[in-house]
Amino acid sequence: MDIIIPVLVTLFSVFLFLGTLELVRRNRLKEKYAILWLFSSSTMFYFSISRDSLHALSNMIGIKYPPSLIFLLAFLFLIIINIHFSTVISKLSDQNKNLAQEVAFLRELISRRPEEEEKE
Amino acid sequence: MKTLIIIPAYNEEMNIEGVIADLNKHYSGIDFLVINDGSRDATAKVAGRCGVKVISLPFNLGIGAAMQTGYKYAERNGYDIAVQFDGDGQHRADQLYLLLEPVQNGETDIVIGSRFLGGNSSGFMWSRLAGIRVLSWVISFLTRQKITDPTSGFRAVNRKIIEFYSRYYPDDYPEPEAVVLLHRARCRITEVPVLMRNRLAGISSITPVRALYYMIKVVLASVIDMLKKTPGTL
Repeated sequence: MDIIIPVLVTLFSVFLFLGTLELVRRNRLKEKYAILWLFSSSTMFYFSISRDSLHALSNMIGIKYPPSLIFLLAFLFLIIINIHFSTVISKLSDQNKNLAQEVAFLRELISRRPEEEEKE
Repeated sequence: MKTLIIIPAYNEEMNIEGVIADLNKHYSGIDFLVINDGSRDATAKVAGRCGVKVISLPFNLGIGAAMQTGYKYAERNGYDIAVQFDGDGQHRADQLYLLLEPVQNGETDIVIGSRFLGGNSSGFMWSRLAGIRVLSWVISFLTRQKITDPTSGFRAVNRKIIEFYSRYYPDDYPEPEAVVLLHRARCRITEVPVLMRNRLAGISSITPVRALYYMIKVVLASVIDMLKKTPGTL
């Protein structure tokens, strides 16, 4: 019973790590954003194979059932990654707004050109 | 002084012609600029037919970004004064001089046209009135100055604020927050009593649920604005 969850987590973290690398390799994910995922999957991998460290850390912070430490870590990583995404989205939407405004200015400028040429 | 009247409009084909006619009647030497915020109707066409300059955003960005488009335009084209004038017909051109004069004389940096200064509050739904009261209290507390109508979008600003707003202007429901930011930037804020109309046509975008969301969002954002390290940067 105690062995199934760590094995699942090991497999999953390996899958996640390699999957992230593959996405980067195909240019579908920027290195910048891959780092958090690679770090998360490595940490999960480490704790799923090293039972000693898992138990030691669990004891230290008072977790009775060590595998749940892995869930705790995964949960914390997800929160961090999501906050990171929110900041990225905020920046993107600001850039998007600025671009839309510039497009509007340029469009207005272009629409004015023919009549100005006529004047000359 | 080079003055620009910024008219944000989203799906206002029914109202925009009347708004421009009203402005033309009172102000002939001033530049008007309609910001068409990605309208799906003929707003841009109708405004263009009236002979005013129209800048059309490629998609709907919301009132905050639309307003800022006008401020950026004013900043780049060397305007000394900019006026916000709604495209839905609730602002009256015959009241505009009340906003312009104090800015022209350099007495203040921004003038806000208030519907409540002078004690008039008839013709409002109670829920909206209550919402505005709460906001007024919050914004007055934050800016340490009585602001009776923080949601009013009828405003005139000088060059200093044109530059400030073209660098940063808040997103959706921007009016109250825009006042708090000016307080943080140490600008002089003045309110004057003005008369406004009820909407000419179309429906207002404010429903009771939205009004509640509006209030919570604005209060939160305003408090955060007070805590920001550098107001006006993202």
